[in-house]
Amino acid sequence: MLRALTGLLLLALLATASRAATPDPSDWDAVQAEARGQTVYFHAWAGDPQINAFIAWAGEQLQAQHGVRLQHVKIADTADSVARILAERMAGNVDRGSVDLLWVNGENFAALKANELLYGPFAEALPNFPLVQADRFPEMREDFTMAVDGYESPWTRSRLVFYFDPDLLPEPPLSMAELLVWSQANPGLFTYPRPPDFLGSTFLKQALLELVVEREVLYAPVDPDQFEAITAPLWAFLDALHPTLLRGGRSFPGNGGELRRMLGDGEIALAFSFSPAEASAGILAGELPPTVRSFVPRGGSIGNVSFLAIPFNAPARAGALVAANYLLSPEAQARAYAPEVMGSTTVLSMDALSPADRARFEAIDPGPATLPPLALGEPLREPHPSWMEALEQAWLARYGVR
Amino acid sequence: MNTVSASSATHRLQLAEVRLNLQGRELLRLSAELTAGEILCVMGPSGSGKSSLLAFLAGFLAPAFEASGAVLLDGRDVLQLPAEQRRIGLLFQDPLLFPHLSVGGNLRFALPAACPDKSARVEAALASVGLAGFAERDPATLSGGQKSRVALQRLLLSEPHAVLLDEPFSRLDTALRREVRSLVFQTLQAAGLPSVLVTHDPEDAEAAGGRVVQL
Amino acid sequence: MLLRAAPWLVIALLLAPVALGVGLTLLPAFGYLPVLGGDAFSLTPWRELLATPGLGRSVLLSLLAGVLTPLLALAIVLSFLAGASGSALERWLRRLVAPLLAVPHAAAAFGLAFLIAPAGLLSRLVSPALTGWERPPDLLIVNDPWGLAMMLALILKEVPFLLLMALAALPQCEPGPRVLLARSLGYRPAVAWVLCVLPALYPLLRLPVYAVIAYASATVDVAMILGPTLPATLSVSVLQWFSDPDLSLRFQAAAGAVLQLGITALAMLLWRLLEALAARAGRHWLATGQRARGEAALRHSGRLGVAFLLALAVGSLLALLLNSVAGFWRFPDALPGNWTLQTWSRALPEVLAPLGNTLLLAGLATCIAVTLCLAVLEAEARQGRRLAPALWLLYLPLLVPQIAFLFGLIVATEFLRWTPDARLVLFAHLLFVLPYVFLSLSEAWRHLDPRWSQLATTLGAAPWRSFWRIRLPLLLGPCLSAAAVGLAVSVGQYLATQLPGAGRVPTLTTEAVALAAGGNRGIIAVWALLQAAVPMLGFALALLLPRLLWRHRLGMRSTA
Repeated sequence: MLRALTGLLLLALLATASRAATPDPSDWDAVQAEARGQTVYFHAWAGDPQINAFIAWAGEQLQAQHGVRLQHVKIADTADSVARILAERMAGNVDRGSVDLLWVNGENFAALKANELLYGPFAEALPNFPLVQADRFPEMREDFTMAVDGYESPWTRSRLVFYFDPDLLPEPPLSMAELLVWSQANPGLFTYPRPPDFLGSTFLKQALLELVVEREVLYAPVDPDQFEAITAPLWAFLDALHPTLLRGGRSFPGNGGELRRMLGDGEIALAFSFSPAEASAGILAGELPPTVRSFVPRGGSIGNVSFLAIPFNAPARAGALVAANYLLSPEAQARAYAPEVMGSTTVLSMDALSPADRARFEAIDPGPATLPPLALGEPLREPHPSWMEALEQAWLARYGVR
Repeated sequence: MNTVSASSATHRLQLAEVRLNLQGRELLRLSAELTAGEILCVMGPSGSGKSSLLAFLAGFLAPAFEASGAVLLDGRDVLQLPAEQRRIGLLFQDPLLFPHLSVGGNLRFALPAACPDKSARVEAALASVGLAGFAERDPATLSGGQKSRVALQRLLLSEPHAVLLDEPFSRLDTALRREVRSLVFQTLQAAGLPSVLVTHDPEDAEAAGGRVVQL
Repeated sequence: MLLRAAPWLVIALLLAPVALGVGLTLLPAFGYLPVLGGDAFSLTPWRELLATPGLGRSVLLSLLAGVLTPLLALAIVLSFLAGASGSALERWLRRLVAPLLAVPHAAAAFGLAFLIAPAGLLSRLVSPALTGWERPPDLLIVNDPWGLAMMLALILKEVPFLLLMALAALPQCEPGPRVLLARSLGYRPAVAWVLCVLPALYPLLRLPVYAVIAYASATVDVAMILGPTLPATLSVSVLQWFSDPDLSLRFQAAAGAVLQLGITALAMLLWRLLEALAARAGRHWLATGQRARGEAALRHSGRLGVAFLLALAVGSLLALLLNSVAGFWRFPDALPGNWTLQTWSRALPEVLAPLGNTLLLAGLATCIAVTLCLAVLEAEARQGRRLAPALWLLYLPLLVPQIAFLFGLIVATEFLRWTPDARLVLFAHLLFVLPYVFLSLSEAWRHLDPRWSQLATTLGAAPWRSFWRIRLPLLLGPCLSAAAVGLAVSVGQYLATQLPGAGRVPTLTTEAVALAAGGNRGIIAVWALLQAAVPMLGFALALLLPRLLWRHRLGMRSTA
C-alpha cells in the first residue's frame, strides 16, 4: 500500500572493511568458506507476514548451517531497490552496495540487466540448480521472455489462480467472456487491483492473452503503431466490464491483499492471486471462509518464475550465493510449500529429487483450496516486458481519471 | 518581633543624576544619597517610570528605555556589574515564594552556595518571624501575612546591601498592611539597609519617614 | 557565549538542509541530473508532467485538502473555545482530546478506514438490523474521489493539535476579562469571545495553521490510505513516479515535487485571502453591533464538532482493537466470530527490534530538540529581546512538503560521503521534531512571569543557577508536554526514516507501512496500535510526572 520514496541515492560508504573478492561459484567449497561470517542484506517485498516469517526461518537455518547472517530488508516495492542499485552504480560505488540479494523478476529484472547492474552469471553454477531441470522447464531460464543468462537463480513459481466464494458464486466463469457475462448479470461482485500494481497488470495481460487475435505478437517487443489495433479487444472488454464492477469502476483496490480482504468480507465473490495456495493460506490465516475454492481459466493462466539476483556491487557475494543456493534446496522449498508457512509452488522438479526429498513434499497437505499441480495445467508464458508498461500506460490514460 | 540582621555593617546608596528616557521623552530625573536605614519614597502616577527606576537599579531595564547617570553602592559603581552581583534585593507586590520549593527551600535558595550551616540559618530566620518549624511546608498553604514574612526573611538571607520595594503592601488588606509595613521598615532599618520604596499610598510614605520624591 | 550563538546555530541547522534539499530537487526538475544522463537544462520534465492525465484534478485535490482541512479544523476549535463555559464536560473533552495528538497520522488513518469502510465496524454495527445489508454495501467511502475521507482523518488529527496550540496561547489574550467586559456591554458570551478574544488569538495561531496547510496539502501517508486513487493527490503521484521502475520518470517526479511546493504556497496564499475576508466580515459584524446572533450556532457547533471527532476517534480505536484480535470475521457480524491472539503473538517477536529503534530515535531526537529549544529560549530571555522574525525560519521544515526536500537532502549526504545509518536518520528526525517542540514550548516559556527570574537574580543567583533551579522546574510541565509532542512526531516519521537509513533502520512506522502493502487487516491493526502506544505512553508520562513530583506543592498544580 504505502511505498517508500525513492530517488537517486548516491550512496558511498566509508571504506572501513575490505573489498569483496569475486567468488567463483564453481569452487563451491571456497565460496562456502568465504561466506562464513558474512551478513547478507536480502531485499524482499514484505507485504505478506507469512513470507516474512519464512525468510526469518531461512535466516536461522543459514546461520546454523553455513554461518551466514541473512538480514531481511523489508521493502514495499522492488523498484526502490532497483533505483538504489542504479544510483550506486552511477556514483561509482562498485563494492559497497547496500543490496546483496534481491527478490526480483519481470520489469525490474529487465531494468537491472539492461543497465548491467547484476553480478553473474552464477545461477547455473549453484549446486542445487540441476534440481530445477531447466532443460525440461525452459521457464527457469526465462524471465518475461527475456533470457536470464544465469544472472538470477529461480526461487518460487507463481501462477495466476482465481479463487471464489461458492456461496455467492456457485459456478465460476472459466474465461474472460464468461466473466463479462456473469458480471453484467451480477454487478458489484468483482474487481481487480489498479494498475500499475503487479497483479492488476497481470489481469490485463491475462485478458489480453485470451482476447487477442494473434498471441505471438505479445512475445515480441511492442510496436507502438500496432498497439491500438492489437489491444482493441481488451479495451472493448474493459469498457463493458467496468460499469459492472464493485464501485462501478470508480475505484479499484490497491493490491492483491486488499482483493483477498474484500472476498473475505463478502464484498466481492471472485478474486485472483499469483500464489496458487493463496486461498488455502487465507483460510488457515482466518481471513477467508473455509468454503473458498480455486480454479484456473479454461485456456490456461499466466505463470512465471520469480528469481533471486545479486547486484554487481554486493559486498557479501559469497554469502548471497550460499543464500540463493539454500533457498533452492529441497529443505527450504519444501518448507515454503506448506500453506501454513508460505504456500509457494516449488521450482524444483520432483523427478530430479531423491526419494527422501520427494517424500518431504508429498507429506505436505497443500490445503483444501489449492489445486493439485495437474489441474493447474500448462502456464501461459508472460508477454514481453514492454507490453506490461504499454498496457499500464494505456490503462491509466483511459481509466486513470474519473 | 525584632528581626535578626545578618550583618551590622552600614551601607550607602548614591544616585547621581539618574535619568530615564522613553522614546526621547524624559520620564524622570533623580539624584539622591541614602545612608543606612534610610528609605527613599518615590511616588507618582502610573506610567511615570517608578517601576522602571527600580528595574534600572536592579539591572533589568527593558531595552526600550534609555538611561544615564551613576549609581554607587558603598562607593562601587553597580551599573558595571551584572544584576546578580549588585547585592540589591527586591521585594515585589506579591511575596512570590517559589511554588516548587518548600518554605525552607525558598530560604535556602537565597543563601550563597558556600554557606556552611544552611539549615541552622534557615531555622533561625523562620524562628525570628514566628514561623519556627515551617521549613518543610508547602508555600501555597501559608497565609498572606506568613508569606510576606518568609519573603522578607528570604531577602535578608541573601545579605543585600540595598533594597528595592515595588509597592510591596498594595495587595494586602488594611490591617495586614500596617503590620507587615512596620515589620519591613523596622527590619530594614535595623539591618542598616538603604531602601528605595515605590508606592502610590501616602500612608506608606509617612510611615517610612524618609525623603519623598514626587514624579 | 555559546548560548548567544544558539539561536543562529539552530536556525542554520534547520535552514541549511531544507534549502539544500529544495535546491537539489530543483535541479532534476529542470533536467539536470548527470547520474541519469540529464546533462543539460531543459523543460522536458515539465512538459511530461503537464501531459500526465488527471494532473489538474490531482492539483485541485491537493489544494482543496490544503485549504478545507485547516478551515474546518480551525472552525471546530474556535467555536469550541468560544462556546466554552468552563463546565466539567468541556474540561473532560479537552483532556480526552490531548491523547489524540499522540496517535501517528498513519495509525489514525488506518483506524478510521477500519471504522467507516463499507465492511468496517460502523457498517457492521448497524447491519443487518438497521440497514438490511447482508453483504457490505457498494459505497465509495474510503478513497472517495473528492478526498473527503482523507480530510476527515486529517481533521481528526489536526483539531487536537490546533486546540493545544490555542490553549497554550490563550492566557496571553486575557480571555476572561475581555469576555466579561463585553458581556457587561450586552454581548452574549460566545459572540463576545469571537469579537474580543479571537483577533488577539489568531495571530498566535497563524504558524500552526500554516503547518496544518502544508501537511494537509502534501500528505503522503494519509492520502495513500484514505485518499482518492483515480487520480491520486499530487504528492502520492509524485511518490509513485519516484518509485517507478522506469527511471526516466525521476525527472518528472522532481518537477512534480516542485509543483507540490508551489501548490502548498498557493494554498497558504489562498488562506491569507480568507483571513482578509474573515477580518472584513468581523469588522462588519462589530460595526453592526449584533450582540446575540450566532451565539447558539457557535456554542453547539463547537461542542458537537469535538464530540463527533471524539466519537470517531474512539470508534477507530475500537475498530483497531477488534481487528487485532479477530479471527475470521464474517460480515455483518458486529463482533468477530472467532477471537485469536495469534496475530499479536506472531507479531510480537518481530516487534522488539523496531521498537528499540523507535524508542532510541525518538528519545534522542526529543532530548536534543528540547535541549536546543531551551538553549534558544534562554538566549532570548537573557538578551531580553525576542528573535521572533528570524525564528520563523525554524518552522521551515514544517512548511515545505517533505517530498520536496527529503530527496534532495539524501543526494547532498551522498556527495558528502556520509553512510546511511541511524545518525543520519536521527538528524532527519530532528529536522521535524525541533519545530514542533519549539512551537509547544515557546509560548509557555516566554510567558513565564519575568519576576521569578528577577527575584532569583536579585537573590544573588547567577543566570545558570536561575535557569536550573527556578525557570526549568517551574516550566517542567510544559517541557514534558513539548517532549511528548516531539516523541509523537518522531515515532510517526516514515519518509524521514526510510530514506536516510536506506531501509536499514526499521522502526514501528516503517514496518507498519511495509506490512500495509499486504492488506492483512489484523496485522495492520496490531502495528497501528503499537505505533500509537509509544507516544501515548509519552503523553501519559508528561501528565503524570509533574503530578508526582509536585504532589506536595499545591502552587504547581494549576499549571498542569
